[in-house]
Amino acid sequence: MIGYDLVLKEVPEKSKVLDLGCGDGVLLEMLQETKKVKGYGVEISEEGVSLCLEKGLYCYQADIDEGLTDYRKNSFDYVILNQTIQNTKRPDYVIKEVLRIGKTVIISFPNFGYIQTRLHLLLQGTMPVNDLLPYEWYNSPNIHLLTIKDMRKMSGKFDFKILKEQHFSISAGERSRIKKINPNLTAQYGFFVISQ
Amino acid sequence: MNSLSEKKSAGIVKTEYFTFAEPPEEMILESGDRLGPITLAYETYGTLNDDKSNAILIEHALSGSAHAAGKHHPDDKYPGWWDEYIGPGKPFDSDKYFIICSNVIGGCSGSTGPASINPATGRPYALDFPMVTIKDMVNAQFHLVKSFGIKKLLAVAGGSMGGMQALQWSVSYPEMVNSCIAIATSAYLSAQGIAFNEVGRQAIFNDPSWNEGNYYGKDVPAAGLSLARMIGHITYLSEKHMHEKFGRNFQDTSKTSRRINSEFTVESYLHHQGIKFVERFDANSYVYITRAIDYFDMQEDYSGDLAAAFEDANANYLIISFTTDWLYPSDSAKQIVKALRVSGKNVNYTDIVTDNGHDAFLLPGELLEKNITNFLKSQYSRLQISEDN
Repeated sequence: MIGYDLVLKEVPEKSKVLDLGCGDGVLLEMLQETKKVKGYGVEISEEGVSLCLEKGLYCYQADIDEGLTDYRKNSFDYVILNQTIQNTKRPDYVIKEVLRIGKTVIISFPNFGYIQTRLHLLLQGTMPVNDLLPYEWYNSPNIHLLTIKDMRKMSGKFDFKILKEQHFSISAGERSRIKKINPNLTAQYGFFVISQ
Repeated sequence: MNSLSEKKSAGIVKTEYFTFAEPPEEMILESGDRLGPITLAYETYGTLNDDKSNAILIEHALSGSAHAAGKHHPDDKYPGWWDEYIGPGKPFDSDKYFIICSNVIGGCSGSTGPASINPATGRPYALDFPMVTIKDMVNAQFHLVKSFGIKKLLAVAGGSMGGMQALQWSVSYPEMVNSCIAIATSAYLSAQGIAFNEVGRQAIFNDPSWNEGNYYGKDVPAAGLSLARMIGHITYLSEKHMHEKFGRNFQDTSKTSRRINSEFTVESYLHHQGIKFVERFDANSYVYITRAIDYFDMQEDYSGDLAAAFEDANANYLIISFTTDWLYPSDSAKQIVKALRVSGKNVNYTDIVTDNGHDAFLLPGELLEKNITNFLKSQYSRLQISEDN
């Protein structure tokens, strides 16, 4: 449910949306119900696809690292990479592709620059394990960790526009709190809206 | 309703026959040849609703028939070929949907095929039967579907060759197909698939009783057809499933009794399948239908661009492959999915993890049942909504 409220706010009604790494399809279902979007999902696990089917969503099983090349340019109004980019093998390639196939892209990820994460590495000297990054280094699906600053740096190098930043932390009630002051240190999650 | 735990049978069913294309109104085949009259054997399960919006057409595979569910007689040993999936409370729920399963032309289970009488000669067609294609099979079924007054099928569904027909339906009759369920199939047969089919045909052609297909009323090419079926069965199972099912077990376990002709269990299984097949299948039909599968190529008319083939289709798709299917590998399904995506179609796809190989679509499988059930459910409700508007 991480950042769902922000995504829901960001996506306009009746948009055509592709959710990459859509999991059980809860976000897509919410988008369809509240924003009447035309939603599509891509999910790597057969369980995920099955759960999407149960919700009446269109979803196909695929590894996004294996390619989105067959989609035509600007096929979607919005492409969503919610807590997915850090799991991909080739984030550079995936980001290039989503910018091509989507007019607008929403990327949200656990911010490795978050103060607690930094302190964990600094003080304990081991890979951070916390609510954001709940895995040990040896079983973590998060193979490409990044910070908010890293994403900004990337926008220059990969020549994409940052339309909006809404970095956030999650409070107990699961509502996202936007962090405006020094988010690379204070926000648990980065949230970017970007386009080519 | 709990559709997964409550499994009932479609009950006692009866094969019906539909005849059309009476001369001089014969059906024109893809080859340009004319065929008529044509009879299609078919069965139905469930009831067609008032607005005729709940009809599903089931397509069978190479050796299938119209008898997809239930039993013809209470003491039949086996039910129809897709009884696991068709019936009250099953994925193709006959309490909700009107399900039609039709035998293909070229077949030998009640439909017009090489064993039928050629009206021109008064004798069985044998090899005078015209070449039929997957498209022709679909075109023939179109007449059957139309005879019910059905304007749009809720779904066309099938596995293997049945999946080819389902895909072809969505392209040949875009306005008539709301959704398409294609399982363990491909948009064209691989070279390996053609090769296996050819070995099967050669087994038939080399049978001393073959006689260029003119064996009706005499000894049939039983050894050849049985061998073709044995080869087929090898391709339907995965290596792992076969090993788990038969291992290295012998029919007769004593080591001293081993002879050239003593049998491993797997051998006796194949022999049994071969012999059983000869009792119910015509060798000429086997030759014609395998040829139809070989020639099937959806991208042929679109210079290799499969997405272009689907461009005009209006259906929503559920594509399913099985991880251990080496006859119709997952990659051939992924290719279909990719083409559908490029052409902007709504598509669900899953590659189900199983040891059961190509045969998985015929065997009980929780995920397959669930996915079909849920897909049909949402397709049916979408159709209702769009028709209300």
